[in-house]
Amino acid sequence: MLFVTGKGGVGKTTVAAALALLGAREGKRVLACEVDAKGALAGAFEAGRVGFEPREVDPGLWLMAMDTEASLREYLRINLRLPLVTRLGPLANVFDFVADAAPGVKEILTVGKLAYEVRERHYDLVVVDAPASGHVIGQLAAPAALGDLVKVGLIRTQTEWMSAILRDPSTTGTVVVATPEEMPVTETIELVDGLRRRTEVDVAAIVVNRVLPELFSHNEQAIFDRVAVGPLHGALRADLGPPLDDVIAGARLAVQLRRRGAEHLARLRAELADLPHLYLPLLFGRTTGARATRVLADALGEELL
Amino acid sequence: MKRRTTAPTGTGPGTGTGTGLERIAASHDVIVTCGSGGVGKTTTAAALAATAAAELGGRVLVVTVDPARRLATALGLQAFGNVETRVPTQAFLDAGVEPQGELWAAMLDTKASWDDLVRRHAPDAATRDAILANPLYQNITGTFTQSHDYIAVERLHELHASGRYDLIVVDTPPTRNAIDFLDAPARMADFFSSRLLRWLITPYRSRLVNLASKPFYAVADRVLGAHFLADIAEFFILFQSMYDGFVERAEAVDRTLHDPRTTFLVVSTLEPAPAQEAAFFCEELARRRFPLGAVVANRALPSYFAEASAHRVAQRLGREATDLAATNAEVLAGDPDPDRAEADLARVLGEIGSSFANYRLMAVREADLAARLTELAPLLVRVPHLDDDVTDLAGLLLLGSYLWGGAPTRPGSDTR
Repeated sequence: MLFVTGKGGVGKTTVAAALALLGAREGKRVLACEVDAKGALAGAFEAGRVGFEPREVDPGLWLMAMDTEASLREYLRINLRLPLVTRLGPLANVFDFVADAAPGVKEILTVGKLAYEVRERHYDLVVVDAPASGHVIGQLAAPAALGDLVKVGLIRTQTEWMSAILRDPSTTGTVVVATPEEMPVTETIELVDGLRRRTEVDVAAIVVNRVLPELFSHNEQAIFDRVAVGPLHGALRADLGPPLDDVIAGARLAVQLRRRGAEHLARLRAELADLPHLYLPLLFGRTTGARATRVLADALGEELL
Repeated sequence: MKRRTTAPTGTGPGTGTGTGLERIAASHDVIVTCGSGGVGKTTTAAALAATAAAELGGRVLVVTVDPARRLATALGLQAFGNVETRVPTQAFLDAGVEPQGELWAAMLDTKASWDDLVRRHAPDAATRDAILANPLYQNITGTFTQSHDYIAVERLHELHASGRYDLIVVDTPPTRNAIDFLDAPARMADFFSSRLLRWLITPYRSRLVNLASKPFYAVADRVLGAHFLADIAEFFILFQSMYDGFVERAEAVDRTLHDPRTTFLVVSTLEPAPAQEAAFFCEELARRRFPLGAVVANRALPSYFAEASAHRVAQRLGREATDLAATNAEVLAGDPDPDRAEADLARVLGEIGSSFANYRLMAVREADLAARLTELAPLLVRVPHLDDDVTDLAGLLLLGSYLWGGAPTRPGSDTR
């Protein structure tokens, strides 16, 4: 089971989708689960609406959207064998109350459902499009935290086996997604630290998304500098006209953005030297949808070779 | 409240064009920035506040949610916490600006703010201490995400009501359910007055379990453990003693958010996911009748990528790289290895052309997203990619100058 997380906006969902697709291509039975139910993961496969019941959207690839209320209902059905639950009247109200009042309940229902799928071996790989940095630690720490809060009762026994699945590094890991920018790198370093200190879950890998291409080699950079100013620039500008300057400005910006990104990546590598770092290119074309997911799955496959 | 008397004097690019946030900053008491994570929301809030302090005068406060040490450093502070800290004038002078007013900064510390709230509303010392010691309270205030939302707006209200500031810029938490924080006051009030809550805690008060609720407790006890349920009940019984104060407060907070001198800024980048989120924010704000001042589009690509003449030159560079290198080879004649230099030149020209095409594609997509956002907001302020990351007050003020006057017609012309 892999929890894919990272700072908001770094492309967690796309990376989770690419990982799931890659797993399915390798012949695994894969369940990909979206936790915040915004439909972005389904969008990455252009799969339409997906609910709590997993649906096969690609050969070997099942998709589901987490629904904590449905998870509670399933849990009560499986564990309590309580048909009367359905007669408790407005289950939704009761659920809202319990979930709002008792911190960690929504989290535990999410993690619990996923851990259950792992325990029952319904799938070879479960990829979770997990919440962003701020929430993922709370989610992964929930079984242990609730275990501390609840001393007896069914939840207590439940949190124990969940914790066992979560803390086994051969079963469960997190994949932290970053982008080559200052804040995402800083937050990734903090997140890895937080995951290691406050949860029992292993950090499996860093995936850096949207890495810009290198434009020029060292020699070419020297040539480019001459294209930008001086006699060579003058000669080319005479050929191509004044708009050449805009095009050169564009190349400069590209070089500068790439260079700045590389500095951030160097810092990330230095700070988290004990983890594998995988790099995915920035897609200039379509950045979402099934085609983008396939392109990134290819890139990820090459990185993992 | 002290009102501004100094006329705004701008120095930023494009000042006075009426396309930036100057007008908005000058005519509001509270500006709330919202948007998804990773779009530069906190930095935008800080840059706007710093620029307002520099240009407009008066006392300007920026309240951030993230414990961003980097921002503290950028503001010339060691750190800042729940209590407002003044940014030293020297920090402005070091950045080459003589500020008209004062800049203050505070970070929202959820736990400390909740504790303050309990101290203020608890009917007596015993209740106060019991609440503060309740394990559920500690857990909720520490980790419960919705408690962040509520406390953010609550703190805003408190600061605003204090009358200490002419302008407050508030950065909101990047909530999972984008707009939750706006509903937080109403939800909090609803919650404390809910029938369900009363129903649940009744047996713990009277020790009389009525028949209707028996099955629920049977299940709840089995699932949660009786001890836990007792904790919950104690917590809410205690909290109910603060009910009146709380509901009144939540309503006042809600009024502050709807006040005509409050406005919202939606911060985004022109990438598909954040822009979609931004559009959602705009629509939700409109639906709830919150005033939307502007959308800020950060890290926008320079406009020359969209220009047809540059595009044509880039296409020629891609197609005719080898020919162009050959015809201009004489300039390279002095090179130690002219053949190699010519081959390198051809590759460089080709690369420049294809890179331009790539970025142009992004710029065209950006323009499309910008057009969509323009339909939803009275004003769209584009802020270009800056040459350097914002690491100090000078950087914030540079960013602020783009926000203030709107981007000049050719953003990125400075990167040339």
